[in-house]
Amino acid sequence: MATLTRTRPPSGPLGRTANGAERAIAPVVLGIIVVGIWQLLAGTGLVEAYLLPSPAAIVDEIVEFWPSMVSAAGITGLNALVGLVAGSLLGIAAALVASTSRPFDGMLAPIVAALAVIPIVALAPVLNTMFGADSQTGRQLIASLAAFVPVFITTARGLRQTQPVHRELMTSFAATRWQVMRTITLPTAVPYTFTGIRLASSLAVISALVAEYFGGPRGGLGGLISSSAASSAYPRAWAYVVAAIALGLAFYLITLALERWVSRRR
Amino acid sequence: MSNAVTVTGVDKVFDSGAGQVVALTEVALDVAPGEFVSLIGPSGCGKSTLLRLIADLESPTNGTVEVFGTSAHQARLDQRYGIAFQQAGLLPWRTVAANIALPLELSGMPKSDVRARVDELIALVGLGDFGDRFPDQLSGGMQQRVAIARALAKKPQLLLMDEPFGALDEMTREYLQTELLRIAAETGAAVVFVTHSIPEAVYLSDRVVVMSPRPGRIAEVVPMSLGSTGSRADDLREDGSFFEMITAVREALHGGGVAAAPRGVENR
Ligand SMILES: Nc1ncnc2c1ncn2[C@@H]1O[C@H](COP(=O)(O)OP(=O)(O)O)[C@@H](O)[C@H]1O
Ligand SMILES: [Mg+2]
Repeated sequence: MATLTRTRPPSGPLGRTANGAERAIAPVVLGIIVVGIWQLLAGTGLVEAYLLPSPAAIVDEIVEFWPSMVSAAGITGLNALVGLVAGSLLGIAAALVASTSRPFDGMLAPIVAALAVIPIVALAPVLNTMFGADSQTGRQLIASLAAFVPVFITTARGLRQTQPVHRELMTSFAATRWQVMRTITLPTAVPYTFTGIRLASSLAVISALVAEYFGGPRGGLGGLISSSAASSAYPRAWAYVVAAIALGLAFYLITLALERWVSRRR
Repeated sequence: MSNAVTVTGVDKVFDSGAGQVVALTEVALDVAPGEFVSLIGPSGCGKSTLLRLIADLESPTNGTVEVFGTSAHQARLDQRYGIAFQQAGLLPWRTVAANIALPLELSGMPKSDVRARVDELIALVGLGDFGDRFPDQLSGGMQQRVAIARALAKKPQLLLMDEPFGALDEMTREYLQTELLRIAAETGAAVVFVTHSIPEAVYLSDRVVVMSPRPGRIAEVVPMSLGSTGSRADDLREDGSFFEMITAVREALHGGGVAAAPRGVENR
């Protein structure tokens, strides 16, 4: 309790602490080495080009199909974003309801457990048929279902983390239920919710992508990966995979930054 | 004027999973306005329970607890007491000033009045420039001062404290003891103070209530003849009268009652 620092230094998986630059350099160096080995391997002809195209071939495709790649990332990204926002709001609302009423808690817990084990993308063909061939709604629904689960679980947990000493103080201040909610319960839960949103962000992107494999309008990254692969344009398929990774990474990093910022200042 | 605290014939029994725990039996205690009373005794003898009954954080199984002539419940609703625990219990997402302001905000005090009162309180507990800091930027002793300022926010005439200095180092502890006596004298508040340190109880108190366990009860009340609490200073700690009082409390704690009563007398 007697620390003078504002934030605790982040510690690596091995418990070592590293500064920001060191932490960024390590994976970049590793990435360069891996890509280098990959390029060499592809150059020797040891691996057939259709199995694993060389990085240079993929980069060529990225450059050539850049505009289509940006618009495809936009389509898939929007589906994932709509799903992430809707699923998070729903998850927060459901967790609030569960925390204020025991019967609802009992009802919601098994429903969420069921949702968590259903492979949600398995719903894609059904939803695509339901909403029609030219609608993104089914995909957005799938992304929001995927986002709902972690946000609900972390928020529900966060709402139970108020410290006894804080609750007793509020009792001594003769605070109303709503005042307790507003001044301690919600601020305590907020960082938990944002952890859930960070976990949900990757799930939302993956679900939005994979849902495109099961029909519906083309033009998203998932659709273009599958159609490029189907027409044996492997370097182009890989180029779209790279774009999908970049999209997922962007969602993750933005939600991670939000989480960090929020837990420092609630 | 009515007593700050009147506890009459109080029993407290907890129903826990393993059965019933008798935490307190037949406790009676009066605390006069402005008086400083410490509760001391081995761990588990019911000190915290007694304090929590006065604070209306628990209800007695039998008997009554009155605070300034009303029920403990009404006194809590009227915010007649301020409370501090061993854990400062500050909200980590609020600044020092916002933590002190919390009870004032909750009771709907206008913003400008809140600011003025918080400035007064920060000065009272000697936190000068730290109003904008966050709790994790403060030492344990400073956090505890914030907790005391918060407890005093609504100008209560009763301060309830459960081992507030229990987690602090000895130097900080002695410093804050003297500060607390000054603050209590300035505000005129009565204090009920739980501790397990004999010197702390002696230094701070007008009377030391010695409790004993199984079942929790008041064994003896030892008056401290050391002059008014507001005029005590660190040199008292080296005074002969201080050591006499420490001995008196220690003997009461160990059930001897040597000085007060002949041996063999029942140790109530
Ligand atoms: N909420 C509770 N439920 C059950 N037993 C309790 C509860 N609070 C206190 N007790 C029991 O009452 C006794 C007195 O506890 P406490 O007042 O905390 O003692 P002290 O503060 O003197 O160490 C202990 O035996 C404790 O286990
Ligand atoms: Mg205790």
